[in-house]
Order: sequence, then structure tokens, then C-alpha cells
Amino acid sequence: MRTKANTWTARALIGASVLFILVMLALPLAMILSEALHAGWSAYWKAISDSYTLKAAHLTLTATAAAVVLNAVFGLAAAWAITRFEFPGKRLLTTIIDIPFAVSPVIAGLVFILTFGRLGWMNPILTAYDIKIVFATPGIVIATVFITFPFVAREIIPVLEARGNDEEQAAALMGAGFFTIFRKITFPHIRWALLYSVILCTARAMGEFGAVSVVSGHLRGKTNTLPLHVEILYNEYQFTAAFAVASLLAAAAIVILVARNIVEYMVKKEDGGHVR
Amino acid sequence: MKSLSRFFSFFLALATFFAASLFPATFVPAAELELTNVSYDPTRELYESFNKAFQKHYKAKTGKNISVVQSHGGSSKQARAVIEGNAADVVTLALAYDITAIEKAGLIKAGWQKSFPNNSSPYTSTIVFLVRKGNPKNLKDWGDLIRDGVGIITPNPKTSGGARWNYLAAWAWAHRQYKGDEKAVKDFIAKLFKRVLVLDTGARGSTNTFVQNGQGDVLLAWENEAYLALKEQKGKFEIVTPGLSILAEPPVAIVDSVVDKRGSREAATEYLHYLYSDEGQRIAGQNFYRPSNPVIAKEFGDRFDLKVNLVTVDDPIFGGWNKVQSVHFNDGGVFDQIYTR
Repeated sequence: MRTKANTWTARALIGASVLFILVMLALPLAMILSEALHAGWSAYWKAISDSYTLKAAHLTLTATAAAVVLNAVFGLAAAWAITRFEFPGKRLLTTIIDIPFAVSPVIAGLVFILTFGRLGWMNPILTAYDIKIVFATPGIVIATVFITFPFVAREIIPVLEARGNDEEQAAALMGAGFFTIFRKITFPHIRWALLYSVILCTARAMGEFGAVSVVSGHLRGKTNTLPLHVEILYNEYQFTAAFAVASLLAAAAIVILVARNIVEYMVKKEDGGHVR
Repeated sequence: MKSLSRFFSFFLALATFFAASLFPATFVPAAELELTNVSYDPTRELYESFNKAFQKHYKAKTGKNISVVQSHGGSSKQARAVIEGNAADVVTLALAYDITAIEKAGLIKAGWQKSFPNNSSPYTSTIVFLVRKGNPKNLKDWGDLIRDGVGIITPNPKTSGGARWNYLAAWAWAHRQYKGDEKAVKDFIAKLFKRVLVLDTGARGSTNTFVQNGQGDVLLAWENEAYLALKEQKGKFEIVTPGLSILAEPPVAIVDSVVDKRGSREAATEYLHYLYSDEGQRIAGQNFYRPSNPVIAKEFGDRFDLKVNLVTVDDPIFGGWNKVQSVHFNDGGVFDQIYTR
């Protein structure tokens, strides 16, 4: 139940939150833009068209795309399994999905070093087939996938649970196959939740720093993602360039936010909103 | 539903644009050869200009194109990454002990320090104080640093090579000051680290803390790092050379197991040898490292105080890196005892 904001408490609360948002979010964002453009557009363009920046952007997009695709497939599978079947260890699986949210990204990175690094237990196999994982692109991808794993399953499980499986059982009784049921009944219910989770996953994947920093080795032009590149530029006294690259990430974040709001609106419009 | 499909096409167009803009980067003609140089924190500018000169030199000498991939970070952290599998052809680190750690992991052959001249250190440096303009706290020597109200910035000796040189320089001064009284020396070092405001993991992080974020009254820094800060931020800082400091010898080495696997030994050797050429030495000098070749060092005589009193890590008070590492910096060593008390 909402009331009009005319009480003293309401005004104070609104004032405080607006002030907080201005200081904590809007000002830093404005700072990024002003620092990025403070040497003019040509310096800005030079910074974002630099070959190291482009390579970093390429790697960030590769890792993000891989994370989105892999997590959509496995997240969907996990959500389906958890909400539609009874099996031993189901609760454990539900908990395990949340591990990446609970574990510090730095620890996640170290775990991959200990697994796939030269001293890791997987190393003999990897060397035998001449596969490089950490300090190379696959390591960056794995770290990103790990960090963003829970998003899809976490969004879809509540939707599937709220829906129940009556319609699917009815369809099965009428002789529909697995894929028909999925395509015609399950998927239409979850498509917005899926899109929503994919958007969140994209945002998180593009900005990931901690885990990627550990497995990267910071090889310039090879294992450097955009967030890592911002740090390098900043450490090299190239402040304009650092903020220019940071503004790219900020722009991507804003696009993602707008997309999220549109999807949220569509969800509400379509079925009263099962997405939280 | 219409607005939705419009949104999708916008989203798709954006994605296509992003993807398309990336293709030119993929089709840049690949260099025939590639070396990876894993280095420590403050050498970023040095190797940026050195790599360009080396590319030209290598092309002129062999007719082949070569590119160098750089990685920078705290020296020990970088050594750790190489041990864990970061495939460096050459390592150019802050101190011999970090390269010895890679040797102990079996990646570099014993005796690497005799492979190149001057203990495999093509350039040297020392530790100085960077203070704010006008030296408001009047910090002249190590003894002034432990006065009340002085805020010190240094990286962490556990992860940073430069920080270990800082620690040893302070130790050497205190050892002379207190005439070898170990308890007094330890008390001094303990007081010094009590005054430390921020302990970053690498030298460049500390410089940024001091220079950009305005923390502290004095930065204990590599001489080269201090000069670079002076150059980047003109008129805001001063360098104070303490009465006694340490001769820091950052060594270089070929990572044998990597070059043998990649077949890059010849190029890696040429790369490190070129650091000792007149041009390589001058590039080091221009980037505020002291050239190891005395003739070239003289060319930079107006820049460096070549007469400053410098102690080496092989001095009897330290007894070389292996001893220093196990006595001072290993877990439970003197640094841990001092820092946690």
C-alpha cells in the first residue's frame, strides 16, 4: 500500500536516498566521463581505438559471450532438474549453485590456479595434450563462467516453482514429447526470466575483476580484459586513457540497465510478473 | 510486442557493431616471433621504449619481425605466476631471490646469474625518499622517518621486490647507526613499519597511493620510480637521498624450460643481451635506471648521485639473498615478528 510522500518521514527518507545515490553513484559516474574527456575527443578516441584496448574488449566480449551461453544452457538444465524431478541430493545441488555468490572471486581464481596451473593436479593431462588454461583465454572464460553461474538458475527456479507442473503433466498425458513440452509450455513461461538473467549475467561478466585478475597473468594484448586494462592504464600514469576505457564499461552497463528495465516492464505486462 | 522486436533489433545491431569493430584487431598481420617478458612493477615505461628499440634491432639483424608481450606486477607475485605456469620466455624481476624461486621450481637452470654480465643485472637502482614539495616534515635521513606524525608509504615486503630493498636499506642504515646492536635495529624497523599508512602489493601501487591519492608524507621508492613521479607531476614532489642506501640489482634471466619448448632461446638471448648494448643502456638511463656500463652511466652523471653511499645485499650484515630471505622475509621471519608485534 503506497501513500503520497507528504509526511515528514517520507520526505526525509527520499532526501537521504537521493543524496546517497547522487554522492555514491551519480558523481563517480560523472567523474569518469569528465576525466575521460578532459583531454578532448581526439585523446578519447585514441585511447579507445588503441590496439591493446581493442584486444581487451575482444577478450571481454568473448568471455562474456561464453559465460552467457554456457550458463544459460547449464542454468536452464539445473533449474529444470531441480523444479521438475525428485532426486537424492537435490537440496545440496540447490546450495552448490550459490557457491560462486558466497566465495570471494580471488579465492575462485586461486582454485583454478591450483587445479589447472603448472603445479595443479590436472597439469600432467593438460601438458600431455598441450592445452593451456590458466594464463590464457580459456582460464579467463572459466573464471567468468564460474563467477556468473548462479544467475540463470536463480532466476528461473522461482518462476518454474510458482507455475507448478500441471500443464506439463497434462501435455505429457496427451502424448507430447520432451522437446514439445519444453518448447510449447515451459519455455514461454520462463523466456522473460531467462532474458532477465542473461542480462544480469552479461553485466557481471563484463565487469569481473578479481577472479580474472588471478588467472590472467596480465599479459598485455593476450590475457587482459577491459577491467584489467583500466587498472594497467591507471598504473601507467595514462589517466585519460584509463577513464576512457572505464567509460566504455560504464556505457555498456547503462545499456544493460536500460535493457533490464525494458525486460522487467515486459514481464510485468505479460503475466503479472513472476520475476523478482 | 512490436516495441519488443524493435528493442531486439536494436540490441542485435549494437552487438553486431561491437563485434564488427573488433575484427580489424584480429586481422593485424601477426609478427613472426613473439617473446613474453614477465617483469616487475616500475619497469613499464622502460620496457615499452626498450621493446620498440629491440624490434628495430632484431629486424635489422635477422630480417625477422618480433613482438614482445609485457606483464607487470609485484616481483614475487610475478615469479609465483611463472612458477604456476605463466609462460614467460624471459623474466626481468626486482631481485635475484625471485628468480632463484623460479630456478628452484625447475624452470630455470642453476647458474643463471652468471649467464649475463654484472650478475645478470643490466641496470641498477637504489632506494630514495620521495617527499612533498618543500619537504614539509623535514625528512633528511632514515632516522627522521620514525618521528611522531610522519606517515610512510611503502609496498609490502612479502609481495614486492622494491619493498624488500626498502626494508634492507633501512636495516643497513640502522645497523650503522646503532653500531650493530640487533635489538636497537629491530626496534627501529618496528617503529618504521608502525608509521606505514598503506602497504600495497607492488611498487607502482604505492606510488599511486602517494602521488595520486595524496596519502602519507614520504614514499620509500626505487630511485627510478621517484624520478618518474617527478617527471609525471612536475613541481609537486622532491627527492631526498638518504645518507646510506642499498645498491639494488634487478636481474634478468631466460626461462629455460619455456624457451626450449617454444624454440625461442635465440631470440630471448638476443633480447637480454641487447639490454647491455649502448642503446639498451641509454634507454635504461633515460628511464632513470642506473646503467651498469660505467661509461654510459657517466653520461647520466648529472641525473644520478653516483657517489651515494650504497651497501649491497652481499654485505656481511645481510649475507646474500638466500640468507636474507630466510632470516627476514619468510613466514615467521624477522619482518613477521616486527610487523605483528
